[in-house]
Amino acid sequence: MGWFASSGYEDMLNFLARRIAQLIPTLFFVSILIFSLQQLLPGDPALVMAGEERDPAVIAQIRAQYRLDQPIPVQYVYWVKGVLAGDFGESLRNKLPVRQLIAQKLPVTMQLAFMAIVIAFLIGVPAGIISAVKKGTVWDYGANVFALWGISTPNFWLGIMLIFLFSIKLGWLPASGYVSPIENWRASLASTIMPAFVLGNAIAAILMRHTRSAMLQVLESDYVRTARAKGLSERSIVLKHALRNALTPVITLGALELGTLLSGAVLTEQIFSVPGFGKLIVDAVFNRDYAVVQGVVLVTATIYITLNLVADIAYILVNPRLRG
Amino acid sequence: MTGATLTAIPLAGVQDELESPARRALRRLLKRKGAVFGLIVISIFMLLALFAPLVAPYNPIATSWTLVRQPPSSLHWLGTDDLGRDVLARVIYGARASLLAGLISVGIALSIGVPLGLLSGYRGGLVDALISRITDAMLACPFLILAIALAAFLGPSLGNAMIAIGVSTTPIFVRLTRGQVMNVKVEDYVEAARAIGNPRWRIALVHILPNILPALLVQATLSIAAAIIAEAALSFLGLGQQPPAPSWGSMLNAAQRFLTSAPWMAIWPGLAIFLVVLSLNLVGDGLRDALDPRER
Repeated sequence: MGWFASSGYEDMLNFLARRIAQLIPTLFFVSILIFSLQQLLPGDPALVMAGEERDPAVIAQIRAQYRLDQPIPVQYVYWVKGVLAGDFGESLRNKLPVRQLIAQKLPVTMQLAFMAIVIAFLIGVPAGIISAVKKGTVWDYGANVFALWGISTPNFWLGIMLIFLFSIKLGWLPASGYVSPIENWRASLASTIMPAFVLGNAIAAILMRHTRSAMLQVLESDYVRTARAKGLSERSIVLKHALRNALTPVITLGALELGTLLSGAVLTEQIFSVPGFGKLIVDAVFNRDYAVVQGVVLVTATIYITLNLVADIAYILVNPRLRG
Repeated sequence: MTGATLTAIPLAGVQDELESPARRALRRLLKRKGAVFGLIVISIFMLLALFAPLVAPYNPIATSWTLVRQPPSSLHWLGTDDLGRDVLARVIYGARASLLAGLISVGIALSIGVPLGLLSGYRGGLVDALISRITDAMLACPFLILAIALAAFLGPSLGNAMIAIGVSTTPIFVRLTRGQVMNVKVEDYVEAARAIGNPRWRIALVHILPNILPALLVQATLSIAAAIIAEAALSFLGLGQQPPAPSWGSMLNAAQRFLTSAPWMAIWPGLAIFLVVLSLNLVGDGLRDALDPRER
C-alpha cells in the first residue's frame, strides 16, 4: 500500500475536500432553483393553491400558512429551514407530509432502477465487447444499429408497444400494476420486467458505446500486446486482461446515467401504472400539488449529486494513475 | 502506409488546402450513409411540416362519429382515431409541433447558453465560479424532471413546453461553450489578437466563437433530437400541445387507451418520433466525425 504513505494520498484528500466543498454552493443553487419554481406560477400563488376554493378566509389561511404574505427571501429562508430539518411541506391533496410520500414511493422506483441497470449491463457490456473485438464486421455493425435504436426510441412508445405485444397479443404479462417483491416475488417480477426493460434499453445502448470505445482503446495497449506475445488465448486476453481495465470507465460513466434512469422512470411508471417516484411527480403536477413537485425534484437532485460524487471517488480509487 | 497510397497523399493534401473547412466537412458528411439517410428523412419531415395543408389528405381536427377507430384502408391509409380523425393527417400536422419544439427550444438554449459560456470561460474569476455553480445545480436535476417541473409551474401549452425544454437544455451549452473557450483562449492566434489590442468582446465574438462552432453544431443537432423526445413526453403527459391540435406525444397518450381495439393509433406517431430522432442522431454522429480535425 505504498501510495497511502506518499504525497499522492494527500493530493487525493485535497481533491476530495475540494470536490465536497463544491457541493455546498451547488446544493445552495439547487435549492434556489427549486424554490423559485414557485415564483413562476402565474397570478397569486395562494389563489392557485386554493384551486376551486374561493372562500377568502381559506385563501387568507393558505397565505399565512405558506408565508406568502412575507417577502420572498424570508419565504426562502423558512422553506430551506424546513427542508434541512427534513420537512418538505405537506401534500395539498391528501394532507400527507411530502417526506412520507417520497419514502413510500422511492423503494418502488429503486427496484425498477436496479433491475434496469442489471438488464442494461447484461445487454450493453457483451454487445460492446463483441463489437470492439469484431470491429468492422457484421457483428460490430449490428451492435451499433442496436445502440442507435436504443438511443432513438422514445421509452413511452417502446412501453406501449411491449404492452401491445406481451399483454394484449400474447397475454404473457400484466399490462399495468405493481406487486411488491415481499408479497409475491414471481408476480412482482412479472409486473416489473417490462418497465425495467424499457428503462434498461436506453442505458444498454449508452453502455454499449462506452464499452466499445474503452475496449478498443485497451485492446491497443502495451499490456494486451504483451499478453498476446506470451501466447495467451484470445479469449483470456479479452475477458481477463482487457475487460477488467475497460470496465472501470464504463462503470463510472454508467453511474452518470442515473439521471436518464430517473427521467425515464417518469414516463415508464406512468405507462405501466407503477406507483413509484415518477408517477408521484406526474400525479402531483396534475393535482397542482406544488410542494410534492418541489420535494421530488429536490430529492432527485440530491441523489444525483451524491451519486456523481461517489462515481468520482470510485474512479480515483480504481485508477492508480489519478492518485497523484 | 503502403507504397500504393503514398502517391495519393500529396494530392489529398492539396485538395484539403483549397477547400474551405465547411465544404470539407460537408463532403465528409455526405460520404456517410447513415448521415445521408438522416438528412433525407429530416428533409422529408420538414417538407411535410411546411406543406402540411397541401399534403394532408384530411383536416387533422375534423371529427366524425361515423368513422371512429377505423382500421387502415384505402380512404384512411393509417386508420382513424377515437374521434374519427384521420391518423395520417394528424401525423403530418404533428410534425409541425415536434420540429418546431425541437428547433425553438434548442434556439432558446443556444441563445442563453452560448453567451453565458463565453462570458464564463473568457472572463474567469467570480463570474465563472457563479455561472459554473448555477450550471452544476441545473445539471443536477435530471433533464426531463426539470422540464416537467418547469412546464408544470408555467402552465400547460406548447409554448411553455418549449421554454421549459429550452431552459433545461441551456446548462449543457453553457458547459460545452465554457470548456471550448478554455481550450481555445490559450491558442497563439487569440494571444496575437489580444496583443494588437482588440477589445475583449471582439476577441470573444470574432476570434473564439467561430472556432467553437463545430462543437456547438454537433451538440445542437443531438439536443434537437433530445428536445423532440422531451416535447413528445410533455405532450404525452398533457403538458405540451393542447387538444385538439395534433402532436405525436398526445396522440400516443390517446392511443394507449385503445390499444386493444385500435393499435394503429399507437404505431404511427411513435414511428414518426423514432424516425426523426434516429435521423438527427445519425446526422449528429456524422457531423461529429466529419468535423473532427484529427480525422483527415
